[in-house]
Amino acid sequence: MSDLTRAEVERVAALARLGLTSDELGKLQGDLNLILEQWAHLADVDTSSVPPSAQTIVQAMPLRNDVAEPSLPVDDALQNAPARSGDFVRVQAILSEEADG
Amino acid sequence: MNGESLRRATAAELRAAFQSGAATSRAVTDELFAAIEREDGVLGAWLHLRQEEARAEADRADARYATARAAGPAALNALPPLLGVPVALKDLVNLTGTPTTAGSRILEGYISPYDATIATRLKEAGAVILGKTNMDEFAMGSSTEFSAYKKTVNPWGIDRVPGGSSGGSSAAVAAFHAPLSIGTDTGGSIRQPASLTGIVGMKPTYGRVSRYGIVAFASSLDQVGPFARTAQDAALLLHAIAGADAHDATSSRSPLDAALLNLPGGDAAAAAIRGKRFALPKEYFVAGMEAGVERAVRDAVAALEGAGGIVEEVSLPTTEHALATYYIVAPAEASANLARYDGIRYGASKHGGGDLLNGYLETRGRGFGPEVRRRIMLGTYALSAGYYDAYYVKAQKVRTLIARDFDRIWAAGFDAIVAPTSPQVAWKFGAKMSDPVSMYLADACTLPANMAGLPGVSIPCGLSENLPVGLQLIGKPWSEAELLGISAGYEALTATAAWRAVAPHDLAKLGGGAA
Repeated sequence: MSDLTRAEVERVAALARLGLTSDELGKLQGDLNLILEQWAHLADVDTSSVPPSAQTIVQAMPLRNDVAEPSLPVDDALQNAPARSGDFVRVQAILSEEADG
Repeated sequence: MNGESLRRATAAELRAAFQSGAATSRAVTDELFAAIEREDGVLGAWLHLRQEEARAEADRADARYATARAAGPAALNALPPLLGVPVALKDLVNLTGTPTTAGSRILEGYISPYDATIATRLKEAGAVILGKTNMDEFAMGSSTEFSAYKKTVNPWGIDRVPGGSSGGSSAAVAAFHAPLSIGTDTGGSIRQPASLTGIVGMKPTYGRVSRYGIVAFASSLDQVGPFARTAQDAALLLHAIAGADAHDATSSRSPLDAALLNLPGGDAAAAAIRGKRFALPKEYFVAGMEAGVERAVRDAVAALEGAGGIVEEVSLPTTEHALATYYIVAPAEASANLARYDGIRYGASKHGGGDLLNGYLETRGRGFGPEVRRRIMLGTYALSAGYYDAYYVKAQKVRTLIARDFDRIWAAGFDAIVAPTSPQVAWKFGAKMSDPVSMYLADACTLPANMAGLPGVSIPCGLSENLPVGLQLIGKPWSEAELLGISAGYEALTATAAWRAVAPHDLAKLGGGAA
């Protein structure tokens, strides 16, 4: 694999929703390329007939009975919300009537 | 019992003293808080203390012991094993009403509205929860230097790291601030700090302990486990927290071994090593391993052999690819798990200024520290269109090969793998901070067990450069009791070894005048 370019690092940061300074992006570009170099030898491992494993300790996962159980009370669930309105988390408007005519 | 002896007592010793009335939980709790107040300014193990609540829990435990003592031996023996025993929690375990930061600024000010299942179990067991311990941010790191809050030092050398990511929990137990603590291990974060601070640390089988209420890092790898100063104590804590949980579908219904509560010690433990078959994987003696570490580990293996264990060198050929595989899988899962920190529902928030997207970018860009950003970037890249097959799927296939390597060892009839825990003793602060790959290499000997979901334990096996070395035992799925039994046997074999008499050198420099 070729080195990650600055533009690719910026694209990945945008996908990850990380707002980074120019210096931080530059440092990350160097770090990521150093780390990717260490991954390169994986391409040489013959996995042509090997299935992927998402987990290696495979267990039965029984279903629980379909019975309602108490949930976290609304006040407890909202106690850490940065902004609250009644029983809801308050967020910024993402649509406005004026803008979308 | 009083003063220093209370502070240094194991959980099993405390239990016996509480039963006989030779000591109270309140006296131990007071003693530990006094030590913490004197010394944590230097040690830096703790992020939050529960002085009032813990003392109340201790008083309640003492009342139960008093009642049971009046009722007779049967009533005393029926009390839960950890009743009144102090425990520390890594600061990623939700405990109602306490701050839970996971070592990150993005969770600064977050107060847990509920209990993790293991917190509920510890409360039900009557344990005294002293507080929360420092850690690498979101458990990403091997030295605890990536905590956003403070530096934790190693009681064996205050210019040295305690390991990580559970460095606060390991340092607290090594410095006699608690007999027991809880850590989490995704790639070695219990075993490696246990090794670097000279204590016992176990990563149970994937699924043995519920992760409900534990801040998630990499969900196919994360496991919760105990730190202690003896194998017997680690077994007691594991027994209290393990077991099926309806809130964690990955938690196992595999029955817990009752042997955990009655781990033999002394001669019986040493005798149990006779006839056990140990596999010594040559790939774990990696390039860059310190000569003193290798010597201590090989001496420990010889001691097992001397006690009648059968040791054979084996090969786990995929080991050389485990590091790269881990550093694709773990960041990929982390990038997905950490998407939840968006500044909307909880945690630090930079929303409210410009547009919504900008709020996300600012919240996450400022809230996460350097190592977490690095991992999120790596993971996002490995999962992104065009690279998913080359990196993520490839790593998941190599993971299959890693698991098959271990399967071959068990099929050949081995009882456990013996290996070093860490290729190095505790290093000096800053030594690996400028090169992420050198920090990642610190986990080379521990992360294969996570990739395969296997249980592993690190136990002290000597000193190199006057710093602790850890011996790692890796076992078959669900073999925790057997691994801890072997560990207790090794403790018995080396009970009179000169290195066991050496206490952490820099305890006095913590400010307590102990040692």
